[in-house]
Amino acid sequence: MASVQRLVLDVLKPHQPNTLEFARAIAALGEDYRVDIRVAEVDEQTETLLVVIEGDKLDFERITGAISKNGGSLHSIDEVSVVGK
Amino acid sequence: MELKQIKTLLEISHSEAIVRRYFVVNGFDGALTMLGLIMGFYVSDRVDLTVVITSCLAAALALGMSGVSSAYISEAAERRRDLAQLEKAMVTSLDESHHARAATWIPWLVALVNGIAPLLIALIIIVPLWLARSGMVLALEPLLAAMAVALVIIFLLGVFLGRVGGIFWLWSGLQSLAVALVTVGLIYLIG
Repeated sequence: MASVQRLVLDVLKPHQPNTLEFARAIAALGEDYRVDIRVAEVDEQTETLLVVIEGDKLDFERITGAISKNGGSLHSIDEVSVVGK
Repeated sequence: MELKQIKTLLEISHSEAIVRRYFVVNGFDGALTMLGLIMGFYVSDRVDLTVVITSCLAAALALGMSGVSSAYISEAAERRRDLAQLEKAMVTSLDESHHARAATWIPWLVALVNGIAPLLIALIIIVPLWLARSGMVLALEPLLAAMAVALVIIFLLGVFLGRVGGIFWLWSGLQSLAVALVTVGLIYLIG
């Protein structure tokens, strides 16, 4: 079964939780999850993030769940790396 | 709800400072009201201790109820408004988020703190009166002992505020104490 190993997501989120907490919430989903976030734009109440997530077997549903739980909204999936096994 | 979840909701909604402020403000209210009430009884001649305790308890309960209801009504309205504004900025519903949960639960938490602070402080101030009524001999006259407890609590609230604000603790404690002593003085003058 193919496994997702890298995702680049365009996410809009409120200022709280801050970017560090947001990254931690996603990284906590898996022991080998690596999360890099670049803040692309900051508005009065929101910020746009470019979220890069890497791992051996990323669980997309849980990732989007964590994003929603922390107030974020997934705008687009900009890049994916999937490995067939 | 777990303590960690409460902490998350407090952080997301920037409510830690609000909860602290409500605790001190309404706690101060409770202490000063009790001090004023007991001082009023002290300057009146020969008021039965049971009457004093009942009156103080009634006032404490009223302060508690007032604290819970007023804080809940105002906080719930503010939180709903903030959530609606955030949802408008996000152009999406935040129903599943910590933000929506904070909008539901934080008003209750703030209301409880706002109500419990004056109630708890008032009950502590009344303790010497209860002890005296149950036959315990106190070093001071019961009303004076209760007033002393009130003054200590007011001083401690001032110290707490000083530590929060980074002001020298003794100075902020004395400031609070001065307000209490002025109140006592005014009641003495009208009594």
